[in-house]
Amino acid sequence: MSLEPDAIRRVAKLARLHVPAEHEAALASELGGILGWIEQLDAVDVTGIDPLTGAAQMALRLRPDVVTDGGITPAVLSNAPDRGPGPDGPYYAVPKVVE
Amino acid sequence: MTLTDLTLTAARDGLRARTFTSAELVAAHLQQIEAHEPATHAFITVTAEGAMQQAHAADAARAAGQDGPLLGLPLAIKDLFCTLGVRTTAGSRMLEHFVPPYESTVTAQLLRDGAVFIGKANLDEFAMGSSTMTSAYGPTTNPWSRDRPLVPGGSSGGSAAAVAAGMAMGATATDTGGSIRQPASFCGLVGMKPTYGRCSRYGIVAFASSLDQAGPIARTVADTAVLMTSMSGFDPRDSTSADRPVPDFTAACGRGVQGLRIGVPREYRADGMPSAIEALWRQGLDWLRDAGATIVDVSLPHTQYGLATYYIVAPAEASSNLARYDGVRYGLRVPGNDLTTLYEQTRAAGFGAEVQRRILIGTYVLSAGYYDAYYLRAQKVRALILKDFMNVFGQVDALLTPTTPSAAFAQGENMADPITMYLNDVFTVPASLAGVPALSVPAGLDAGGLPLGLQIVGRPFDEETVFAVGAVIERAAQFDTRPSHVLGGALGT
Repeated sequence: MSLEPDAIRRVAKLARLHVPAEHEAALASELGGILGWIEQLDAVDVTGIDPLTGAAQMALRLRPDVVTDGGITPAVLSNAPDRGPGPDGPYYAVPKVVE
Repeated sequence: MTLTDLTLTAARDGLRARTFTSAELVAAHLQQIEAHEPATHAFITVTAEGAMQQAHAADAARAAGQDGPLLGLPLAIKDLFCTLGVRTTAGSRMLEHFVPPYESTVTAQLLRDGAVFIGKANLDEFAMGSSTMTSAYGPTTNPWSRDRPLVPGGSSGGSAAAVAAGMAMGATATDTGGSIRQPASFCGLVGMKPTYGRCSRYGIVAFASSLDQAGPIARTVADTAVLMTSMSGFDPRDSTSADRPVPDFTAACGRGVQGLRIGVPREYRADGMPSAIEALWRQGLDWLRDAGATIVDVSLPHTQYGLATYYIVAPAEASSNLARYDGVRYGLRVPGNDLTTLYEQTRAAGFGAEVQRRILIGTYVLSAGYYDAYYLRAQKVRALILKDFMNVFGQVDALLTPTTPSAAFAQGENMADPITMYLNDVFTVPASLAGVPALSVPAGLDAGGLPLGLQIVGRPFDEETVFAVGAVIERAAQFDTRPSHVLGGALGT
């Protein structure tokens, strides 16, 4: 089984991953192979089985809805690739998104 | 015996008896790194200066009358654990310059107990792999290699190689589908993947959150138990952390197996299993029988579907977790004219081939029209796999299986297509999907002189029985072989 190049382009777009056109064919065959292999699960009868979302066999814990942290802007921004306004500004900087 | 050959427990005794200092112990390990790191490449970052400072501080604390479970003992930290002020790469170009402004809970607990961090260990990129070949910083070589470089296993290959080569006395590791147990087995070491929820995931770079679990790699079962005790415990900052007391794992190592029922899952008798592994498995069962355990044949009927289930669930969660690497808040950024181009180019440049493959598979199985057929179905099969384990744990106290289907393979082997590499995890993945604890113990050598491990799987939160069984195997196997060569260069000083 091989995926259509269209499917590769669609998934790459959803994943926000640039896939060069010359890699599409190889990826289509590789991913198709993996998907074909995992289709062995079709042989399992799962009628009436509830999906298992995780290995933690417990109810999700809730905590009080209160502020527990904050005031650490320098730490939060310490790895920012770009900041604004200016190199030490208090915001992450990205290319302009509104005209 | 040199300082770098000691077990962690023996080194602790030596420090407490003032036979040697932490500064001497850590310096010996740094010397070992200097001698063998070029051929081994177990580390992405060696923190020699910080380690010596920690060692001197440990010696000063001891002189002042203090002690701690790990005071002054040098450990390697898998480069997936965030360490305050020390670069944490996850083996990826994406995080090449990432310096965490906080400490992971597991490493914070090790520091609380006095550990010295000697460096950040190499790993498969974002812990995705079984060979440490996918690291963006180059492969790690198994210290057991002789005529050709072998893989140390993965993803915690650097952790295992560092301990096997005498560069650290123990290491942190993480296991999503076998990433602690398989490298421990390939390097002749003990590795424990505890019950899901036992160790906090806070500050560990996330791969597949419903599967990821931290654990130790060390030379002996007792050493592993000491590290487990420090690494475990409830953490309110991890929503799936288990709020239950941490038992005395070290004491459990001496319990023995008298009266225990040990299951042999028949589905693990894979066709084409190497005879050395089958013989070792039978030998392990004999050892346990001789020590007073009853051996029981059991069935885990959905075992054969474990790998396919895993390779849907893990990439699906990975595609979601790795969405955060967008070039905006931290990590690599490739500039673009607009935001979408910035995202797409950053992720294409920052992620390696295996990571990209898994993101694409994960995105595909979660996408509209495919979710039910792949992801939902896999979650249902996962429920059946868990049910298999719960059924057999009504009949037996623990299971014994091989850890891996082969001994360490050569670098470059199993790379032709991704599925061949995935098959390495066939015996380790089921316990990950079920979230149950599993330990690998070195039990013998194959015909080529390479170590082989046996895996003990236990009930949820019953690591104590797993340690008890592991200690009996360890005593019976008397596995004290050490790798004598790193690509021809003699180890030890």
